[in-house]
Amino acid sequence: MVGSIAAIGAGLATLGIGLGIGKVGGSAMEGIARQPEAAGKIQTAMIIAAALIEGAGLFAIVVALLGTNTGA
Amino acid sequence: MHRNIFFSLLLLLPFGFLRAQDVEIEYSADDTAHNSNDLHEDEDINAVIMHHVSDSHDWHVLDWSGKPVGISLPVILFTNEGLITFSSGRFHHDDAGKEVVEVKGQRFVKYHEKIYLANAQPNANGVYLDFDEDHHPTNAKPVDISITKNVASLFVTALLMLIIILPAASFYKKNGSQTAPKGMASFLEPLIVFVRDEIALVNIGHKHYGRFVPYLLSLFFFIWIANMLGLIPFVPGGANLSGNIAFTMVLAVLTLIIVNINGKKDYWAHIFWMPGVPIPVRILLAPIELVSVFAKPFALMIRLFANMTAGHIVILSLISLIFVLDSIWVSPAAIILTLFIFVIKVLVALLQAYIFALLTALFIGQAVEEHEHH
Amino acid sequence: MDLVTPGFGLIFWTTLTFLLLVFILKKFAWGPILSAVKEREESIDNALKSAEKAREDMKNLQADNEKILAEARAERDAMLKEGRELRNQTIQGAKDVAKAEADKIMASAQEQIELQKKAAMTELKNHVAALSIDMAEKILRRELSDAKRQEALINEMLEEIK
Repeated sequence: MVGSIAAIGAGLATLGIGLGIGKVGGSAMEGIARQPEAAGKIQTAMIIAAALIEGAGLFAIVVALLGTNTGA
Repeated sequence: MHRNIFFSLLLLLPFGFLRAQDVEIEYSADDTAHNSNDLHEDEDINAVIMHHVSDSHDWHVLDWSGKPVGISLPVILFTNEGLITFSSGRFHHDDAGKEVVEVKGQRFVKYHEKIYLANAQPNANGVYLDFDEDHHPTNAKPVDISITKNVASLFVTALLMLIIILPAASFYKKNGSQTAPKGMASFLEPLIVFVRDEIALVNIGHKHYGRFVPYLLSLFFFIWIANMLGLIPFVPGGANLSGNIAFTMVLAVLTLIIVNINGKKDYWAHIFWMPGVPIPVRILLAPIELVSVFAKPFALMIRLFANMTAGHIVILSLISLIFVLDSIWVSPAAIILTLFIFVIKVLVALLQAYIFALLTALFIGQAVEEHEHH
Repeated sequence: MDLVTPGFGLIFWTTLTFLLLVFILKKFAWGPILSAVKEREESIDNALKSAEKAREDMKNLQADNEKILAEARAERDAMLKEGRELRNQTIQGAKDVAKAEADKIMASAQEQIELQKKAAMTELKNHVAALSIDMAEKILRRELSDAKRQEALINEMLEEIK
């Protein structure tokens, strides 16, 4: 049972990551559409921001994974 | 033409995986049947997946007429009596602590890919180990520096790097700098220039970037090749090297060390005594900044580990759908989904190498930056 | 839990292998490759710069050529003009000389004519004089034979003198 609660946790964490990266990606798209010549710089900044958000989310997933393993 | 060959190989990947996985499940089901009698099938598959993404002492290839065929790797142990080496084949594929190997008067058993000093007598289940309430063995463990599957894969990665990169380097030695690059050199040069210009130069700056380019290049190619090797489902791949936390930890710790030994006055000032803010805030910020010094490489470590491991788990889970649902008709969907994830993983393999190198460069850039005070 | 517990063996081997790899590659691969790439970039840069310079030189040269050409053209024009002037001058000179000569000839001819005319006139005058004296003598001889008439004549002549 612990395993499934941990899975819910992982799902919630993914929800957060999804929202965060979605927002970053969307804003980057807008930025590129507005200034296509700055696409390269915006992409790099976007990847860095996405990586940082993903990192935070992955912490949560790892914690969820820990929960699964101790439960099993 | 080359591209066609590449893509057809790419298409074949999941099928190869499926075959390897197929036999592994039989083997593992057989194995777990020994251990405990009432395991559910999903837990069984869970065990298979966990087995697959973790390290092991031998490199399992396939089963042949009911017997596992694989490469036995050397076991190297540091014990109280000194260094001990023997082949992992002497455990006879036992992973439940039932097969005792006696070397130089010391007796060892392997349990869940960990090597313990064996008890004199087996318990009721035939296991030479004592367990606590959580079913963890309480026996003493020698320091294990065996050439495990991941270590072997690490060596393959290193070897591949040398095989790919050294000939490219010798091209420049032979032809001087004025010839247009050919062969491996023409493949590597754009990547090298990309790492130098887009990763190092942009983030570290003109003054210092030269020193860090070799490290960043090594990091980038090392992670990329390790990731790609992890995607190949059979020897020399099949290990989950870059999805192992020890591997990512080493790289993250090296980054931590490089960032901090290159930290300039400004960098330390920003950590301990943030300029331009009131003194109470400075006191408040110092511990937070200090934590961030360690949090940044920690995030690097977790990111690579979680990305690669998660990818492996997703692929294995999709393949396992066939066995969980116990129907051949699931396989087209499962294989197409696996293929999809595989293609994403090829991209992720490169992306994660890029992100690791990029963030390392970014952190180095923050450390060596000297700016005018606000 | 096993998954997130780093194993000592892999840490040991990864550190060893990676550091060795960085060392070997830095010495035998990245160093030579990066310096070769840099050298090539510099040489391309230099080549581009020298091409730019050559183009600039070419431009200057072209401008020079144009200038020289223009000068040559001007010089040619000047020479042509000079030639034309010289020719005109020569012709004019010749004309002048010829005219002077002709004038001279004409003048001398005129003089000659004048002289001849004068000589002819003198001769004619002498002749006429002789003739008139002759005639007058004859007339006088006849008139003076009559005293009255002599008187009238003398009066007439005196009247004329008055």
